[in-house]
Amino acid sequence: MSACLRVDRTDNSSGTSESIIMKSTSRFLAVVGTLLPLALFFLPMWRIDLGAPQYPPPGLGIRIHIDRVEGAEPNDLANINNLNHYIGMKRIEPDAIPELDIMPWVVGVMSALGVVVGLFGRRRLLVAWIVLMAIAGGIGLYDFYKWEYDYGHDLDPHAIIKIEGMNYQPPLIGTKVLLNFTATSLPDTGFYVMSVGVVLVAVSVYTSRPRKS
Amino acid sequence: MKSPLRMVSAALAYTTLAFGIVACSSNGDASIGNTADAASKTYVAPGKYDEFYNFVSGGFSGQLAVYGLPSGRLLRVIPVFSVDPEKAWGFSEETKPMLMTSHGFMPWDDFHHPELSMTDGVPNGKWIFGNANNTPRVARIDLTEFRTKEIIEIPNSSGNHSSPFTTENSEYVVAGTRFSIPIPNDDVPIADRDKFRGALSFIKVDKTTGQMELAFQLLVPGFDYDLAHAGKGPSHDWMFFSCYNSEKAGTMQEINASQNDKDFIAAVNWKKCEEYVAQGKAKEMAAMYAHNTFDDATQTARHTMKTSVKVLDASELSDIIYYMPTPKSPHGCDIDPSGEYIVGGGKLATVIPVMSYSKMIKAIGSKKFDKVIDNIPVLNYKECLAGEVQKPGLGPLHTEFDGNGYAYTSMFVSSEIVKWSLKDFSVVDRVPTYYSIGHLMIPGGDSKKPYGKYVVAYNKITKDRYLPTGPELTQSAQLFDISGDKMKLILDFPTIGEPHYAQAVPATLIKDKSKKIYPLAENKHPYSVKSEKETRVERKGNEVHVYGSAIRSHFKPDNIEGIRVGDKVYFHVTNLEQDWDVPHGFSIIGNNNSELLIMPGETLTITWEPKRPGIHPFYCTDFCSALHQEMTGYVRVSPSGSNGQLVWNK
Repeated sequence: MSACLRVDRTDNSSGTSESIIMKSTSRFLAVVGTLLPLALFFLPMWRIDLGAPQYPPPGLGIRIHIDRVEGAEPNDLANINNLNHYIGMKRIEPDAIPELDIMPWVVGVMSALGVVVGLFGRRRLLVAWIVLMAIAGGIGLYDFYKWEYDYGHDLDPHAIIKIEGMNYQPPLIGTKVLLNFTATSLPDTGFYVMSVGVVLVAVSVYTSRPRKS
Repeated sequence: MKSPLRMVSAALAYTTLAFGIVACSSNGDASIGNTADAASKTYVAPGKYDEFYNFVSGGFSGQLAVYGLPSGRLLRVIPVFSVDPEKAWGFSEETKPMLMTSHGFMPWDDFHHPELSMTDGVPNGKWIFGNANNTPRVARIDLTEFRTKEIIEIPNSSGNHSSPFTTENSEYVVAGTRFSIPIPNDDVPIADRDKFRGALSFIKVDKTTGQMELAFQLLVPGFDYDLAHAGKGPSHDWMFFSCYNSEKAGTMQEINASQNDKDFIAAVNWKKCEEYVAQGKAKEMAAMYAHNTFDDATQTARHTMKTSVKVLDASELSDIIYYMPTPKSPHGCDIDPSGEYIVGGGKLATVIPVMSYSKMIKAIGSKKFDKVIDNIPVLNYKECLAGEVQKPGLGPLHTEFDGNGYAYTSMFVSSEIVKWSLKDFSVVDRVPTYYSIGHLMIPGGDSKKPYGKYVVAYNKITKDRYLPTGPELTQSAQLFDISGDKMKLILDFPTIGEPHYAQAVPATLIKDKSKKIYPLAENKHPYSVKSEKETRVERKGNEVHVYGSAIRSHFKPDNIEGIRVGDKVYFHVTNLEQDWDVPHGFSIIGNNNSELLIMPGETLTITWEPKRPGIHPFYCTDFCSALHQEMTGYVRVSPSGSNGQLVWNK
């Protein structure tokens, strides 16, 4: 941000070189911004944390990456699956979730497209990129909701604990009490880094807007 | 009578105790001072941790107790030398080999002294060693699991009391004999007591694995080697053993071993001994002793018998051991943090003698010896003496150090702790204990860098201190605040068994390394199962092996048929949990054996020999989950000779 502001100031003082400096800075921002979603290959996108009287902090946790679902600690997922058998919830088997095969491609392709567009400095295409990212994000969240709904509702009729009208769907975002467990679902670091990337692209688009002289 | 020490001083104690009780009831616990202040110093709020781990010997319970300080809360009893049916220690097939000795299976022993492993004279939090006094052994307990991992028997020894004190980097753990015997042991008249000998054993400890190996034994005159402590800093190369009964009495020691005005502290140059062994001066001697190790991968103990030991004979070799005369049947043998002062606890003495290491070295150099006993030079008392603490009280036993220039000595007969200065050997404070203190302990108080803050008294007698529980009363510990000039009693707490020595270290040294589970993937137990799919039952003649599993809240298999009277059934139960603090238990009706208590990822085996046909239920003994009551199963037992096939469910 501060770099942009500085650029703006040079704008006002200089006449001929302004557009070139502006453009390269914006491009740089756009390229950095479109690259940041790649952080999702290293950092978790979303987190669900479970606490209960018998599970004092840090409790149990699930970390959702674009390509895998794993426990916050090595045995957390297995322990959650074991606990879930009481309520008849399906086992969370990462291998059986097709989205985990698709998401890396989506993120990779979006990033690559963004970089290309950013290098060429095509402002409109960058806007389109932001819109596409928002759509992809929206679809992702909807899919996540469906996934949670399915796990929370599709329960074994022979479950050990059956409570009329009760479902175990975790919250999409926020906190919800499920029997003795308090489930909290929030974006995780990867999501935040990706968001910063989108914001950077937006800033680049904004600062390179055409102005009347 | 809880120790021979009691017999020694029974008469003296009687009068003193009577006086002590009167004094107590008239004065109350004057040393407490402000009760609210004492309470706030020992109050550890619910959910908060204690500052120190306190490892306290369980004495005749054979076990090691772990308390938190300053709360005095009992955290765990670690089974070491005695069977523990609760934890299947000595009952499960995996742990039975740990209690094997040259005399066969040993269900009990007497655990006296815990000693933490050290680096540079300071506890490193890796292991704690313990001694078995009755059938001489040394155990090593791992402090990530709080479990006994190794037990080695000491041949040519009996009454393994001066043990298991370690050198500054735990190069060696020692084991000195308290009841000298013929070496090798033989069918001789007891009247030949004069010819009995003592053995001071040096056990080498592997720095990384902790694995012990009896490196060598030093054969010495047949006195009673009572306690020990290693030198530090300048005295690093030396190990000091107190000994009484230089009279070599074999009967009525109470009188006959109390005749000499001075007995000894034996100073052993273990570095020199090491050199002699390296030079081949040790003799191989036939000996039978057990070495039992617990294999972490297979989660199973292995018992082996060793057949020989390297022996250095002090009557033939010079420059490795010297006797320092020490008044009146010395008990404690404690080295100050600097390594210069060697404090003898002459239990019948009227002074506390403080010997000087540097003066001892000078005396050895000058070669002016009082006499020579079996080739061992006896140094001159005055030549070695740094000073005597005058009028300390009655029955000095053990001394610990606070690292601020003060020593604290327990007084069994006058039932008090006496604080004295290492500068001028003057008494600066004394405080009564209730009653008849044996050992005392300051966190790190026998190390190079004591943590100070508290001194704990471990008392032999409690009389009126607690609610009565019939003739058999609890023994106790008492916590004193030593952060000020005056010692202040701030807490009493009961202990298991009879507490002898103890150790304490800041919890931070140990707590974060504590294991939570045994990873199933690393479980190489030959009878383990990694999932319920692998559970099965197999017959080999009249042996039946159940490869079972336990997970919240069921066993697999939980129905077994085809067992016959006369079979020996091995229940190998793997706890498939990988979650912290989710043990499962296992027990079956009519089993002349213990339960199993299986930690997550662990496999344990209990045998069962059914006596009569019928349906035999089994169940989980640890309230593991909401459906714990449902965690049961049935075994059908048919008459011997029936030909029903084994059937089980998955």
